[in-house]
Amino acid sequence: MKELKLMKGNEALAEAAIRAGCDAYFGYPITPQSEVLEYLSREANSRTGMTVLQAESEIASINMVYGAAGTGKRVMTSSSSPGMSLMQEGISYIACAELPCLLVNVNRGGPGLGTIQPGQSDYFQSVKGGGHGDYKLIVLAPSTVQEMSDFVGLSFDLAFKYRNPVLILTDGALGQMMEKVELQPQKTRHFEDLGWTTTGRKNGNGRVITSLHLKADEMEILNNHLQAKYREIEKNEIRFEATDCDDADYIITAFGLVARICQKAAEMARAKGIKVGVFRPISLFPFPYAQLKEYAGKVKGILDVEMNAGQMVEDVRLSVEGAVPVYFHGRMGGVVPSPEEVLEKLEEKFAGGVK
Amino acid sequence: MNEKTMLDDQHYENMIAEESVCNAENLVYEKPSKVLYDTPMHYCPGCGHGVVHRLLAEVIEELGITSDIIGVAPVGCSVLAYNYLNIDMSEAAHGRASAVATGIKRVLPEKYVFSYQGDGDLAAIGTGETIHTCNRGENILILFINNGIYGMTGGQMAPTTLPNMKSTTSPFGRDVETMGSPLKITELVAQLPGTYYVTRQSVHKPVNVRKTKKAILKAFEYQKLKKGTCFIEVVSNCPSNWKMNPVESNKWLDENMLPFYPLGDIKVPDKNLQTDD
Ligand code: SF4
Repeated sequence: MKELKLMKGNEALAEAAIRAGCDAYFGYPITPQSEVLEYLSREANSRTGMTVLQAESEIASINMVYGAAGTGKRVMTSSSSPGMSLMQEGISYIACAELPCLLVNVNRGGPGLGTIQPGQSDYFQSVKGGGHGDYKLIVLAPSTVQEMSDFVGLSFDLAFKYRNPVLILTDGALGQMMEKVELQPQKTRHFEDLGWTTTGRKNGNGRVITSLHLKADEMEILNNHLQAKYREIEKNEIRFEATDCDDADYIITAFGLVARICQKAAEMARAKGIKVGVFRPISLFPFPYAQLKEYAGKVKGILDVEMNAGQMVEDVRLSVEGAVPVYFHGRMGGVVPSPEEVLEKLEEKFAGGVK
Repeated sequence: MNEKTMLDDQHYENMIAEESVCNAENLVYEKPSKVLYDTPMHYCPGCGHGVVHRLLAEVIEELGITSDIIGVAPVGCSVLAYNYLNIDMSEAAHGRASAVATGIKRVLPEKYVFSYQGDGDLAAIGTGETIHTCNRGENILILFINNGIYGMTGGQMAPTTLPNMKSTTSPFGRDVETMGSPLKITELVAQLPGTYYVTRQSVHKPVNVRKTKKAILKAFEYQKLKKGTCFIEVVSNCPSNWKMNPVESNKWLDENMLPFYPLGDIKVPDKNLQTDD
């Protein structure tokens, strides 16, 4: 029987973590994601024995994640933009040491202390590296509370499949809004010694979790290995949603919550006789370059809409390779664009073709 | 170094000449071969790190916990501690060893966990993690090597550099007016309710080596009893960056470091739980 519940995005995500058999959560309060830590503090330990620890900072949280992930347990943290910035050093270490774990960024508007209102201005930080060195996170962008829940189990599966950190990039609006969500069944927590895990020496040889390789040629071998893994992820893990794109004259590209706003705008456009589709990348890394390119060949233009100064639009342009004009509309600082505004931009940018 | 304990060349030759010393029944020291890899260490001659590694290895082997222990290495000279200790280990970012150790211990509460950290790592960049790990009373051992200087990066001033002590970044001596006083972080963590056993030892003389070993042994016994954080400071040397030979550096340690960082227990647990003294 379906288990349906009305839940806040942050709470749905926290509930999903318990149900995914998560072993440990380490985090630090920051708006607009503190509900994750609060919900888990209340619910998790008594239900599954999951460890929940409020750390003294995001820096400590991410390093606790590093330590615990090295044992092969299912571990996670969550934060919001300024806190994620503090975590970048640790994330680089985790990516280099190839530790599976789940990271969640409930994005708020920046830069600086910014605002506690929603934003998508951490796209570059999430998708293009963020910390030092050449590394990639698998990045998933939910657009509904349902996906906030569903992506948790998926993220753990991907993290362990590739021994790579997975980031759920969401925003303050999705974190705070309430929607109906169908909950996943409870998985039992289970542990497997995966060979590389530091759980106490096995077979006479100490195992080491490290990101240090002092010799240049050894460090290059590791880098080549990481890059090969990222190519494999690009081959297998592309996720996207194309709504009404097949007969469209124009496509709006957007991720996360903004894609839903754009879908509303597209419906309004269709009501006016303008054929608009919405292309929503779900995996931001790997980005669906080829899939978007295919649609781009069939339309007259693309409007990219984001809650930032224009970040994903760079990847959209890389996909399209100049085949059609790509315009950008962004709101910043925590302002959420309205469907009317998106429609207006669409008509303005493509005035000639639309009229 | 204590003159009496120094072996001059003649004495050494005499010893070799007396064959009896090589007989098995006269064995006084054996390398903890199960835990210490048979490989040369990269530490400078006379450096305390090698001695502390050996003590750790001996204790782990004697307690028979080789498969039940996870160590955390810092950033600093001992960043490659896992090249010498044949146990499961995790390398931590600079200053974060106690947070990494917390993460490990929280998901593996039945295992022994320790962090091994230098003064820059533990008392400068990692001060926050050190204090909060101790304050939460994480059931781990923090092994703190204090030689008053940044070794690996080439002799810069550390939080524990003595007043007027010269370093590459206090070339005229540490001026406490502008650079602050050395941080006695061991006394500081002893104030916290989460710490159970806090002691300051050294490895510059055989008698101190034995005491340090005893302290490590106790700390793991307390960890088994889930008593809270055990914190052992080892006042050590850095012959290379102090620009002294090993003997001089140990003498300097005795005369300069120890008056400021007095040896001995700072916080001792319940008397009836004590293993000796
Ligand atoms: S630099 Fe100093 S602390 Fe580092 S190994 Fe050499 S003597 Fe030891």
